[in-house]
Amino acid sequence: MTFNVKDVAAGLIFIGLGGLFAAGSITLELGTPLRMGPGFFPLILAGFLIAIGAAIVLQGLQHAPAAVGLVPWRGIVLLTAAPIVFGATIRGLGLVLAVALVAAISAFASRRMSLPLAAAVTVGLTLFCVLIFHYGLSLPIRLFGPWLGT
Amino acid sequence: MDLFANLGLGFETAFTLTNILYCFVGVFLGTLVGVLPGIGPTATIAMLLPITLALSPVTSLIMLAGVYYGAQYGGSTTAILVNLPGESSSAVTAIDGYQMARQGRAGPALAAAALSSFFAGTVATLVLVLFAPPLTAIALKFGSAEYFSLMVLGLVCSVALAHGSIVKAIGMVVLGLLLGLVGTDIYSGTPRFALGFPELADGINFVTVAVGLFGIAEILRNLENETERDVAVRHVTGLMPTRADLRRIVMPVLRGTGLGSILGVLPGGGHILAAFAAYTLERRLGRHGAQFGKGAIEGVAAPEAANNAGAQTSFIPLLTLGIPSNPVMALMVGAMIIKGIVPGPNVATEEPELFWGVIVSMWLGNLLLVVLNLPLIGLWVRLLRIPYYILFPAILAFGAIGVFSVRGNVFDLYALALFGLLGYALVKFDCEPAPLLLGFVLGPMLEEHLRRAMIISRGDPLVFVQRPISAGLLLLAVAAFAIVFLPAVARKREDVFHEEA
Repeated sequence: MTFNVKDVAAGLIFIGLGGLFAAGSITLELGTPLRMGPGFFPLILAGFLIAIGAAIVLQGLQHAPAAVGLVPWRGIVLLTAAPIVFGATIRGLGLVLAVALVAAISAFASRRMSLPLAAAVTVGLTLFCVLIFHYGLSLPIRLFGPWLGT
Repeated sequence: MDLFANLGLGFETAFTLTNILYCFVGVFLGTLVGVLPGIGPTATIAMLLPITLALSPVTSLIMLAGVYYGAQYGGSTTAILVNLPGESSSAVTAIDGYQMARQGRAGPALAAAALSSFFAGTVATLVLVLFAPPLTAIALKFGSAEYFSLMVLGLVCSVALAHGSIVKAIGMVVLGLLLGLVGTDIYSGTPRFALGFPELADGINFVTVAVGLFGIAEILRNLENETERDVAVRHVTGLMPTRADLRRIVMPVLRGTGLGSILGVLPGGGHILAAFAAYTLERRLGRHGAQFGKGAIEGVAAPEAANNAGAQTSFIPLLTLGIPSNPVMALMVGAMIIKGIVPGPNVATEEPELFWGVIVSMWLGNLLLVVLNLPLIGLWVRLLRIPYYILFPAILAFGAIGVFSVRGNVFDLYALALFGLLGYALVKFDCEPAPLLLGFVLGPMLEEHLRRAMIISRGDPLVFVQRPISAGLLLLAVAAFAIVFLPAVARKREDVFHEEA
């Protein structure tokens, strides 16, 4: 059996997320059309989203297959890790090291990156961000956090 | 007369040293991201929001607006010189612009693009000045039913103008609306869909959504196919178009400006449609129709005029109704709210400096763009040689700092990772992110007006069709929908987005 992977996958994402929102909505008070409760509008939207998702899946089962193409797995892992690492370290390590970590991690998302270049990008970007955000805009983020004993 | 007093106020506001400086910063950054493929104005403005925390509301909006129309401008430079449209609105310009460049007429093409953009920008600013005040007057009479119907119309248009499958675009809008509803319910105070995270009580941070969908997802998209950007740029000689060139572009520029000014008001990327419509119109109408695709100067001037005029007039719904017409305008709404300004018809009367200052700054910005860009073309082209793998660590770092600084919340960064993944998956499966962001911003407003209208009408849903303005807006929405599904238009629509892509 052949079908369009892109359509079916997109439809399934909509159905899944619609289902989550629907499940969340029915735990809330629905109210009446006159006085809608917090769950009323979201439940309608969630139902609609599930219906749309189902329609896309049905369409996809009839459409010609389409190539999904290359998936940059290395990029996905590293670029997902970068904001998480930033979030985990910004309070403890402070701006300087958190930015350096983000730059170093995300630099390697590209296969073309070399070690010296990554080092240069990390140092340059960290300096730039500290200058702009700390000294230029005086954002209230500490340069070095408590984990460093400062 | 009021108009002159208002314009005077606008000039006074826009021409202070700070505002000129930030207008310059805005158009400069805008041109930069317009030139560089792989980063667009939406992600840039999202990342710049923390910078605006330190600025006054007028100055921030002037800068952010500059980024937006500056990007339209920068996109055309690379479209002409290297056939790489930096922004989707300049894709049409690349067709004839690049041909002109190959024939050694890059200079006149660039000059034609710059001059038509400047002319269109000036006219569109006047359109804003003339039409914004009466529109705000009408908007002040709007009740909840009208607002609800207006937003429905806006969302329908954004679906109609989205790339690719319409059904998927509807799905994206609805998903956006739902994500926008996360947070405390304003009527009952109940937390909704918070999954036990106290950070979600205030809703999902919209900078997180914007940077995730338009920053990280876009980088991943570009990483799929890492090819060397081979930029062989011809030396640009002789900028000035000949007298014959100028005579040929006068009418196309006028028509392009008119089309752009009207279509720009449409929600969901009207300026992109305008550029394409202007190109098609000139190919049909113009005396040199046969030369189109082979380096006709009209094919550069008309779409450039149209997309620039459209970019300008897309501020009309934002400034008069407080309703964003595209993702960039949605971010502007966010910027206004961060600054404590409630977007809507009251802005013109309560914050006249902001209203008129921003409008006048657009004209100033267009002037700066012409002065800046024609002499600096060499610099922009050299920037194209920056490899992408140096660029995206910077996008990640600025994005992370930007997301964190809005609410000082670590949770938002974990959400950023999630939205990057979700955004990439959706883009991969051919779902365009723009309707989602628009839905996200409109979600809470849409629900609030729906509930309020229903309470006022004592639960009678007919209120939306009984009030004439509301009924008219809904009728337009139905018509827009019907037109998109007409077989002839559906085919044409595929052509449009095919040529654009």
